[in-house]
Amino acid sequence: MKIELTRQQHLDLYYYMRLNRAVEDTMGKLFRQNKIVGGLYASLGQEAISVGTAYALEKKDWLAPMIRNIGALLTKGVPPRDIFTQHMAKYTSPTFGKDGTSHFGDLENLHIVSPISMLGDLIPVMAGVALAGRYLGQKIVAMTWIGDGGSSTGVFHEGLNFAASQKAPFVLILENNQWAYSTPVRKQVPLADLADRAKAYGIASYIVDGNDVAAVYSTAKEAVERARAGEGPILIEAKTMRMRGHAQHDPAEYVPPEMFEYWKKRDPIARHEKFLLDEKLLDAKGKAEIEKKIETLLEKDREFAENSPLPPPELAAEGVYCEGCHAPKPKWERPIAEVTPPRCSVEAVWQVEGFGRGKDVGLATTPLHFEAAPAAKPAKAAAKRPARKPAKAAAKGKRR
Amino acid sequence: MAPVTFLEAIKQAMFEEMERDPAVVLLGEDVGVYGGAFKTSEGLLERFGWERVIDTPISESAIIGAACGMSYLGLRPIAEMQFIDFIVCAFNQITNFVAKGHYLWGAPAPMVIRGPSGGGVRGGPFHSANPEMYFVHTPGLKIIYPSTPYDAKGLLKAAVRDNNPVLFFEHKFLYRRIKEELPAEEYTVPIGKAVVRRPGKHLTILSYAAMMHTSLEAAENLAKEGIEAEVIDLRTLLPLDEETILQSVKKTNRVLVVHEDTKTGGIAGEIAAILCEKAFGDLDGPVLRVTGLDTPVPYAPTLEDAFLPSAQKVFAAARELARY
Ligand SMILES: Cc1ncc(C[n+]2csc(CCOP(=O)(O)OP(=O)(O)O)c2C)c(N)n1
Ligand SMILES: [Mg+2]
Repeated sequence: MKIELTRQQHLDLYYYMRLNRAVEDTMGKLFRQNKIVGGLYASLGQEAISVGTAYALEKKDWLAPMIRNIGALLTKGVPPRDIFTQHMAKYTSPTFGKDGTSHFGDLENLHIVSPISMLGDLIPVMAGVALAGRYLGQKIVAMTWIGDGGSSTGVFHEGLNFAASQKAPFVLILENNQWAYSTPVRKQVPLADLADRAKAYGIASYIVDGNDVAAVYSTAKEAVERARAGEGPILIEAKTMRMRGHAQHDPAEYVPPEMFEYWKKRDPIARHEKFLLDEKLLDAKGKAEIEKKIETLLEKDREFAENSPLPPPELAAEGVYCEGCHAPKPKWERPIAEVTPPRCSVEAVWQVEGFGRGKDVGLATTPLHFEAAPAAKPAKAAAKRPARKPAKAAAKGKRR
Repeated sequence: MAPVTFLEAIKQAMFEEMERDPAVVLLGEDVGVYGGAFKTSEGLLERFGWERVIDTPISESAIIGAACGMSYLGLRPIAEMQFIDFIVCAFNQITNFVAKGHYLWGAPAPMVIRGPSGGGVRGGPFHSANPEMYFVHTPGLKIIYPSTPYDAKGLLKAAVRDNNPVLFFEHKFLYRRIKEELPAEEYTVPIGKAVVRRPGKHLTILSYAAMMHTSLEAAENLAKEGIEAEVIDLRTLLPLDEETILQSVKKTNRVLVVHEDTKTGGIAGEIAAILCEKAFGDLDGPVLRVTGLDTPVPYAPTLEDAFLPSAQKVFAAARELARY
């Protein structure tokens, strides 16, 4: 399926990629001025993936970023000031300075789940988000990202397999930037295409040029709508290159210089910009306007962040438990009657006669793990009827 | 009303909560068609259907992770560990993801993780664990380990309604060995409150779960010797009810802690430290411990019995303590 993008969509993709890069450039400067607390991770050269995939989501959909997905956050509507304050551990940050980087979320409005550092852990969590959305009738899709390196964690497998077994409306973007810290992908995974991991879970997959934002978007859009339509989880491998070291401290000397040169020519922003100019979707004036808009916005947000205070020390001891500060409530978009008895009840066509199930309410004699076998029931009771009820009765309690 | 088992109490709690609130769902291995390895969810699938009673693959991290994700949309999932021993397969999900969310980014995770724990049923080293202390060390979790059907039901219902992630340990030795009449009307038991099971004045025995009953048996025997032990059931290990403990110590001035969990790093050590900090002047003797051995839970009946605390061991320790 080829999705034609409107001019506005092309321009939006351009804008968010430029914003992504400008935010990270600003943070690079702040880092060199010692204003960033802790490490700084760049998504330089990978902006098309964060932006193109997140742009395929609707407002009601859910996402969970990894550290190189600042662009996804911006595209979903997070203001740059939140990114700056997070990285500077300010009291005005979404976590009040309790965590940094892209580690923050918004359950109420933007539908963002915060990552933790442990790679892969978001995958089952977002599978759960997807299932809850389906259960509540919200018709949402959940999306998250994983690196080539993170795709070897146990929880990647558990999470994707679980999502597949439940046909969860879940889209996983595998950003193959060819490096996990210093280890090249060929030393981590004996596969030419990481998209082939999908075969193990019986789910659909795509491979896309991660430096072509329009291709990333249209692939993601198709995947999101397929997942929404009930086809189950979808894995997208976006091939790209990490254009910096693992983090600011790492000069990435282990990367062959030719590799950087090769990929520099494929820079996603320069490429999309050339396309826009060639196709006359953008002119020099329009470009200057975008640049001015971004500059003004970032200037304001950076200043806000720099002028914000660090959190007061007393805050360290607060907030371990929810003590009435939140009131988690599901938003039902289907009749509750569908999931309450009697409508949700099913006939137990799987019962085996004589097994004790459903009859032994006191659970006094049901055979249990590590317990002495109960006295045997008369054999003829079990023999009288077939173990399973006829197919007609089975229809009612059909498994999904 | 006929008395019910611990198992039945657990089942009633889940049934009633699912009946009361469609946001409550159950997921775990073999919880649906089979009704759970210990039949605690027997009949729930018939009643509540495939969307609310979910048989999962054997993937503890995925079960916990998915439950956490569900809770973010306002559901109140109950995640069953087929045996609590397997909870450590999801250690990272619980301690890093589930537990830290509210502190770090204000995301409450109203979910319950429950499963059969404890020894005494000849389950061997991988089906007898008491892993509560791995998690008591994790800020953000609440940890419940009840000893009676009444408490099991009331605390499980309270856990489902709590906005925080709650770990709920069910001692499987108790599943069918004790019965109790439960009120016909709806009730919950507050999380974080210990209870005095037997009043006494000479010493305090603090315990929970199966060892609660062992302690009560020892207290009976102590009474025959004129030693009146006050037996307190902690019920909730995190947050710990310090007030009830400190009140009792003021009266008895002697404390013995009894738990089935291994000794080193068990909650007895934590309680001893709290007493040193907050009740040093009230103590007439050392805080003593009767606990499982610092070994894995061995398989052979002779070995497991040697591993477990017994009423005799509790009795002996209490008598020693009473001499101070
Ligand atoms: C489970 C886990 N182990 C180790 C780490 C430390 N670590 C952080 S990022 C990283 C490399 C990740 O590589 P990849 O998944 O390819 O992502 P990329 O950095 O290329 O975006 C490592 C080893 C971690 N965060 N989580
Ligand atoms: Mg990588």
